Amino acid sequence: MTASTANKRAAPAIEVRKLCNRFGTNLVHQDLDLDVYPGEILGVVGGSGTGKSVLLRSIIGLIKPAAGDIKLLGESILTLGAQGSALEKRIGVLFQNGALFSSLTVTENIALPLIEHGGLKRKDAEYLAGVKLALAGLPAHAGNLFPAELSGGMVKRAALARALALDPAILFLDEPTAGLDPIGAAAFDNLLLTLRDAFGLTVFLVTHDLDTLYTSCDRVAVLSQKKVLVADSLEVVAATEDDWIQDYFHGPRGRAAATAAAQAKG
Amino acid sequence: MERSGKPDKTATTTAPNHCGSLDVAENDSGACLRVKGDWILAHYANLQQNISATPKSRVEQLDFTNLGTVDTAGATLLAQAIGADTLLSLTASATGLSSEYAELLKTVATAMSGQEQEAPRPPSWLDGIAQFGALVHTGWQNFLLLAGFMGLVLTTLFGVVLHPRRWRITALVTQIHHTGLNAVAIVALLTFLVGAVVAFLGATVLANFGASIYTVNLVAYSFLREFGVLLTAILLAGRTASAFTAQLGSMKVNEEIDALRTLGLNPVEILVVPRILALLITLPLLTFIAMISGIVGGAVVGLFSLDISLARYLAIVQEIPVRHFFVGMAKAPIFAFMIALIGCLEGFKVQGSAQSVGEHTTSSVVQSIFIVIVLDAVAALFCMEMGW
Repeated sequence: MTASTANKRAAPAIEVRKLCNRFGTNLVHQDLDLDVYPGEILGVVGGSGTGKSVLLRSIIGLIKPAAGDIKLLGESILTLGAQGSALEKRIGVLFQNGALFSSLTVTENIALPLIEHGGLKRKDAEYLAGVKLALAGLPAHAGNLFPAELSGGMVKRAALARALALDPAILFLDEPTAGLDPIGAAAFDNLLLTLRDAFGLTVFLVTHDLDTLYTSCDRVAVLSQKKVLVADSLEVVAATEDDWIQDYFHGPRGRAAATAAAQAKG
Repeated sequence: MERSGKPDKTATTTAPNHCGSLDVAENDSGACLRVKGDWILAHYANLQQNISATPKSRVEQLDFTNLGTVDTAGATLLAQAIGADTLLSLTASATGLSSEYAELLKTVATAMSGQEQEAPRPPSWLDGIAQFGALVHTGWQNFLLLAGFMGLVLTTLFGVVLHPRRWRITALVTQIHHTGLNAVAIVALLTFLVGAVVAFLGATVLANFGASIYTVNLVAYSFLREFGVLLTAILLAGRTASAFTAQLGSMKVNEEIDALRTLGLNPVEILVVPRILALLITLPLLTFIAMISGIVGGAVVGLFSLDISLARYLAIVQEIPVRHFFVGMAKAPIFAFMIALIGCLEGFKVQGSAQSVGEHTTSSVVQSIFIVIVLDAVAALFCMEMGW
């Protein structure tokens, strides 16, 4: 957790300034500011409908915001034209349901960006895909399966392997542990930490999972009232005076997760 | 761990610097492999060449002093070159390696050491025979499946017919609307045009014998016995069987059919029976429209280019025995049943992906048109032998 404080001096990997998003008359974000520093895992939490996924989709450029500016690795994504795809190669996204291409096998899914952007031959790309598969903790035979034949946990790991295919600098995860059993979710949290430490990834993590927050996040950002209410280490956030935050972190589930995390550390 | 010295990933995709390479230096503690330059995805092909150009020897030490940047692709190649286990054991004692890259190399090597990629089997001429065998086997399985499904649908159908409280009138009417009413215009237009074409064809050939008047018989016979029902069935096979497959297939993908089962409802009764009944009702009606429309097409050609008056045309049509009409109409419900059956069965065969929905929709159209034409040929043979 000390890593984040040391890194605040570095230029942020993601810089969101005065972001406004609206759908029709429904204002989702208003003057939202957020910084994510290189090498940290930032957990984004918030009640349903506070626009966590909208924020993620704006940062990766799938939604054009009504106003504001978003910088990824120092470049503004809103003014980006042709260089956009160069930036896209440096981010990896794990969608909530995996979004694996259903007509391709797992290996082909992972090899696709390597062939398209890396310019590799199919044989080499599939070999590399096998390594990524192993990095994501999947057995080798899983590569020949189609997404429809995978279990929920395997889909997440396969999608993570695809997100990591081009060695991205920033990894975006949308509820990676949703729908996993607690053991699978804990394994995923550990995998995330391992990969972050090995590759120096910056991770933007949207989650509802309190255990994930306690085990793997360096900082936590709380989305509420159309902006980031607070973004700091878990202890500071949990101590913030706000009804929703108090309910969230000091409700029965929050207490259980805190106790479990304390036990794991002690 | 400290992260201030995080590798700059910019080099990965933007600036192609100097490509990485290997060389071996002999010193007193054994062979030392010096790893130099950038080991990144952008140089993948060159790196492969450099590796194969390096003489193979036992490596005792690793020297990373002149290393540029590394990513997982480069780490994979390095592990491939000297062996994942060797890399894993030598990384700890390697010189000139930053802690981040050491971590990266270790992670990749660990992932690779547990994993053996099996070499793809070389293709053999036996594969073709095996594929043919598999094809025959699948064909037989599909036939059994169709027969079984037919039995299931028939028993469900009779069960429902005997209990008026289980009739689903709303679903039936909706299906009749979609499969029947909405198809009237296209069926009528198509058969009108084919009727006109047949009349032109007949006129051209029969004029040589001075028998142009028999054009009327040609059009009327062909539409009453064959074309009316065949064209309608083929049109509905393309239009309705595909719709059934896509509807049921996306319900299957969405687990809606499983949901029906868990609610104690019978998907065959709820989804298949109304569709089959709807087609059983609409296909004969559309066939009748098709016959009329084809004969009208012939009449228009007769009137305008063969100088056959409408009264004369109708008089000749009236002389045709009514059994030809019945031969045509009798085939309609059989075709309807098969089209709806195949459309629904293919829908149920869909498995979990968008690709599968597409494959089975294609397959349902091909199969239903195939079966319609085969049945029609069999019926033609049968009727001829029976003298009908």
